[in-house]
Amino acid sequence: MTPKHKTKTHSKFLSPKQITGAEALVKCLENNGVEYIFGLPGGSVIPIFDALVNSKIKLVLVRHEQGATHMADGYARATGKPGVVLVTSGPGATNTVTGIMTAHMDSVPMVVLTGQTISPMLGKDAFQEADIVGISMPAVKHSYLVKNTNDIPRILKEAFYITNTGRPGPVLIDLPKDMVAGPFTGSLDPKMDIPGYTVPAKGNQKDILKMAKMFNEAKKPLLLVGHGAVIAKAEDAVRAFVRKLKIPVTNTLLGKGVFPETDPLNLGMLGMHGTAYANKALINCDLICSVGSRWDDRINGNNAEFCVGAKKLHIDIDPAEMGKIVKPDASVVGDARLVLEELIKHVEPQDTRAWIEELAFYRTEFPLKYSNDHGLTAQKVIDELYQLTKGKATIVTDVGQHQMWAAQFCLTEHGRKWLSSGGAGTMGYGFPAAVGAQFGTPKELVVAIVGDGGFQMTMPELATVAVHKLPVKVIIINNRFLGMVRQWQELFFGNRLSGVDLEGSPDFVKLAEAYGIKGIRISKVEDVRSKLLEALDHNGPVLIDAEVIKEGNVFPMVPAGKSAHHIIIEPPTTQLEKPTGST
Amino acid sequence: MANKNNKKRDTHTISMLVANKPGVLVRVAMVFARRGYNIDALVVSPSVNPLYSRMTITAKGDPNTLDQIIKQAAKLIDMIHTEEHSDVDAIHRELALLKVKATPANKATIVKLAKKFRTHIVNENDKAIIIEQTGTTDELDAMEMLLKKHGITEMVRSGKLVMAKGKEST
Ligand SMILES: Cc1ncc(C[n+]2csc(CCOP(=O)(O)OP(=O)(O)O)c2C)c(N)n1
Repeated sequence: MTPKHKTKTHSKFLSPKQITGAEALVKCLENNGVEYIFGLPGGSVIPIFDALVNSKIKLVLVRHEQGATHMADGYARATGKPGVVLVTSGPGATNTVTGIMTAHMDSVPMVVLTGQTISPMLGKDAFQEADIVGISMPAVKHSYLVKNTNDIPRILKEAFYITNTGRPGPVLIDLPKDMVAGPFTGSLDPKMDIPGYTVPAKGNQKDILKMAKMFNEAKKPLLLVGHGAVIAKAEDAVRAFVRKLKIPVTNTLLGKGVFPETDPLNLGMLGMHGTAYANKALINCDLICSVGSRWDDRINGNNAEFCVGAKKLHIDIDPAEMGKIVKPDASVVGDARLVLEELIKHVEPQDTRAWIEELAFYRTEFPLKYSNDHGLTAQKVIDELYQLTKGKATIVTDVGQHQMWAAQFCLTEHGRKWLSSGGAGTMGYGFPAAVGAQFGTPKELVVAIVGDGGFQMTMPELATVAVHKLPVKVIIINNRFLGMVRQWQELFFGNRLSGVDLEGSPDFVKLAEAYGIKGIRISKVEDVRSKLLEALDHNGPVLIDAEVIKEGNVFPMVPAGKSAHHIIIEPPTTQLEKPTGST
Repeated sequence: MANKNNKKRDTHTISMLVANKPGVLVRVAMVFARRGYNIDALVVSPSVNPLYSRMTITAKGDPNTLDQIIKQAAKLIDMIHTEEHSDVDAIHRELALLKVKATPANKATIVKLAKKFRTHIVNENDKAIIIEQTGTTDELDAMEMLLKKHGITEMVRSGKLVMAKGKEST
């Protein structure tokens, strides 16, 4: 690329004062507070990349567009601000689909700008034309095809509003090249035109009172906090509520940190690989109230047997979540923070001591544990990382066994300190998401915990890390298997391993060095602490290859499609039946 | 005919006021298709306000799924308003054009039938008669049954239109 030069945009058709659609677009991005754009150029977006030369927005060039979307996602989850992606048409646009779907499943704000062929060629199979609006439709909160250059500011304003209000989600804007290359003559600050879009805020008072009454009648209440509570900035409200009522809390994978996992009232994560005590609480509670969780099937396993006999309460900003999975006995549609701030006024502390003692018993009876007797385990590496960082680091995970172990052992004390692909379970998410989080929170220690399988899906972004000297620490939990699938094959399919052996993976330390990044190998139990310290002390990116035992399994485990009653706490000695749940 | 009641209970009429923009129909259709719901009839027409269009959808399936579909459709940014209507709270109308084989023997009967059902004969020659009928779905179904005997060669139905009764908005 040519060096940055402070000249007018290259266009021979415009008078000096006139601006192009691309320049208007970049102005609007600036006005919307955009700091970073993650992207990769191509023919249809060269005018936009050209306009970025003169902008204060920092461009992060990725090596693959999927990486750009996960970076934008990590940036958004870590900061609460929408991430922005800019890619070219056709394959550039389709490469973003996995990242868009990942963001959509986890309600992450993101604006994706895709190039498109010139409008007269739309639908004519032009070079690098892809109907990205059509392809992405089921995975976006909303999308636009720009048909008039002067609409660009309005569309951007709407997109940034829509993406990060209500239940957040990705918005895609498809930009035909002639729309951005052509002259812009409109207003840079137009009115929005989205009469069909309303954002629930305060809950209905009657609904809140009904819910309060149920809390006041409950003997064994349980609060379930999800990602919605993080998004709504409901941390303080949740804490005040729990302290007032003295009720136990459990969190979903994405709700980690809303209520500190170090607090004795917190039972940790529930669900398939949640703690035994959180799952016991599900069986024995007489009231469960979800705050911003969607009763995912990884949590309730089998709906017919889920919290039988307990009153089910649901607070969510998305009206479509009410009754989607669980038919609530009381529900409030609204912003989690605002609802809790009202609800707390109407609830009275009950005597929950016996209930808390019961759960404390389960906690001592069925603790999370691992052994160092048979070689280096993933748990040891992750636990040691936690002991060294104690909730100070932002932990970003990929998907698989390491993700579940990280969820179990990295206790989290604040929302936005734990980023993981929950709904989509997208392998390849962790590393680029950590990169995005590091861009968004440059002062924080960001640690990616990834599997040797998932890391290889997006590892070319090592170049991005090297170029920007980003101090992210990446820990590869290297078990030489697609571990989570191997675990299922072992437990449910008679250990007939099929397509899970990751032979042929590179030497990750050498790989890091090839990018000019520090590489560290951990292979012995006694080295874990010193090597991790060495990595954390290093003032720059580090790639750690943690060679762990190959056949470790994650427990506890509730087989897919089963209720919490069927939790397996110790490694089973007999063959289990094949799971009936979705995945 | 034992089925008929079941069929009726499972049939739903949903009215939607949507932004008059390209792509809205696809977004709405996707909400149905993704949940395995078959759309039986769909009418898209202008509303009083040219910025909005009216969609009237007739679909069959289980009510819980439909409830979810309506809620998901309501979330579409381009959706202004959506509601399910029962036979009681709204006027339901459908229009049919039926082409019937005409023979010297049956012509008189068909004409009589058309009169009885207060339908119009809008075109006729010695080979075929085209009947236009407006009415409720049941009325249209009944007419179709009766005319079948005489040989319906073509039928086009508009799909259902609904309008909420009184001052309620549809
Ligand atoms: C893109 C994608 N493909 C496939 C899967 C299915 N899957 C879930 S976990 C897993 C294994 C992951 O292996 P690895 O990254 O080595 O992590 P480990 O489970 O060993 O910790 C696979 C293949 C997925 N979640 N995402």
